Amino acid sequence: MKTFAESNFPGRLIAVEGLDGSGKSTQIYLLKRWLEAEGIKVYFSEWNSSELVKSATSKGKKRELLTPTTFSLIHATDFADRYERHLVPLLRAGYVVLCDRYIFTAFARDVTRGCPPDWVRGNYSFACAPDLTMFFKADLEVSLNRILEGRPKLKFFEAGMDLRLSTNPYESFKIFQGRILEQYMAMSQEFNFVTMDANENVEKQQVLVRKLVSERIELKKFKRRSPLPLPPSLRDEREDKEKEEDKAA
Amino acid sequence: MKKSHQFYGSGIPRVKAEDLGGKLIVIEGADGSGRSTQIAELVNWLETSGLPTVQVGLKRSTLVSEELEKAQEGNVLSRTTLSLFYATDFADQLENIILPALKAGFIVLSDRYIYTLMARDMVRGMDEAWLKNLYGIAPVPDAVFYLSVEPEELVQRNLSKNATLDYWESGMDLGLSRDMFDSFLQYQASMQDVFKTLQKTYGFDIVDANRSVNSVTKELRKKIAALIEEQ
Repeated sequence: MKTFAESNFPGRLIAVEGLDGSGKSTQIYLLKRWLEAEGIKVYFSEWNSSELVKSATSKGKKRELLTPTTFSLIHATDFADRYERHLVPLLRAGYVVLCDRYIFTAFARDVTRGCPPDWVRGNYSFACAPDLTMFFKADLEVSLNRILEGRPKLKFFEAGMDLRLSTNPYESFKIFQGRILEQYMAMSQEFNFVTMDANENVEKQQVLVRKLVSERIELKKFKRRSPLPLPPSLRDEREDKEKEEDKAA
Repeated sequence: MKKSHQFYGSGIPRVKAEDLGGKLIVIEGADGSGRSTQIAELVNWLETSGLPTVQVGLKRSTLVSEELEKAQEGNVLSRTTLSLFYATDFADQLENIILPALKAGFIVLSDRYIYTLMARDMVRGMDEAWLKNLYGIAPVPDAVFYLSVEPEELVQRNLSKNATLDYWESGMDLGLSRDMFDSFLQYQASMQDVFKTLQKTYGFDIVDANRSVNSVTKELRKKIAALIEEQ
């Protein structure tokens, strides 16, 4: 699997992976704030797939219609939509794109559900690999506590209830997350994850994140240039408008 | 009936191909090739003979058919996305209808199958190896009949039935021609070329469907009867 850099995209993609409650979202948010302050063309890709795909996915989840295979495929559809409509254009335009979760989330989750690893990977093979993947590894107990502290209402698929691991959603969630963590660990080398110690405090982690990013990605190449001058036609229009406004005043 | 199915590739988690009995019969062909007419004939004949049947076809899943229909109307999804959406539709019917029916020994009649989905994508330049992996979930049918009709004849049939040509069946998204009539002919010709390539791998039975409904029905019945008597 080639990275975006190896595939000659002008942009770069940085992904964070890890269990829910590993603190990865906080870290990528702080990374984004720093890159923005540095004047980097950065984009934080939120999950905004098109309405159609979203509607099918939520219907499947609500009505518990999904099997491991259709769960995998509908999420691959969702990812493809986001990839083709959103990530590729940004990366073509030379952005540093930050992704909270990428294809490895699907690999870990779908394989845990029993899908063959090669099949899942093959389906996602249209996507380039991130130029940097940080894997936030917290102790399973720590992640579980962060999520389960508030006794949230766990959704059926989120808790892995479809795997019939336990009739108790919390128990099921724990076993499910444990298995996902195993899958992440097994992929770590193959996909060059940089493992981050997510048990460490937030500031210390962020120092490491920023250091790593500046080592791996030649950030000055991605600086926003000063705003482009307007083309003459628009410039004239604007000047005319300003004159008119002056007159009116 | 003997149990003799296998999957093209990795199959479906926790489903053993050995447990699949019944017969899976696929009718492939373009719009206007007479697929639905022939399937109706076959269902009638099989059920009268006391054999239980189930029918499936593209874009008929509970999970995504509605959204897929809308996506097509607006042509809003990119290539890979649309392709995976169709695969989801197929997989949903596979797990909820085809596999249970085969386990129960039914005869499943499939109005199109993975080959149309693959051919459409291949005409649009998608990677064949990627498609083969994706559709490795599909069981190998007991028979695939490709109803072959010349593009010129397809135009006539489509126009006499609907008085118009379908956007997708004319391959209008490919920008072959702004003229729908020309685009239809070109697109259907390339689809047939791809089917010929796929035929080499998948060994379809190519049925000349330029003929009358009756003679096609006769040929299909004869072949399917032989298939059912095999065991």
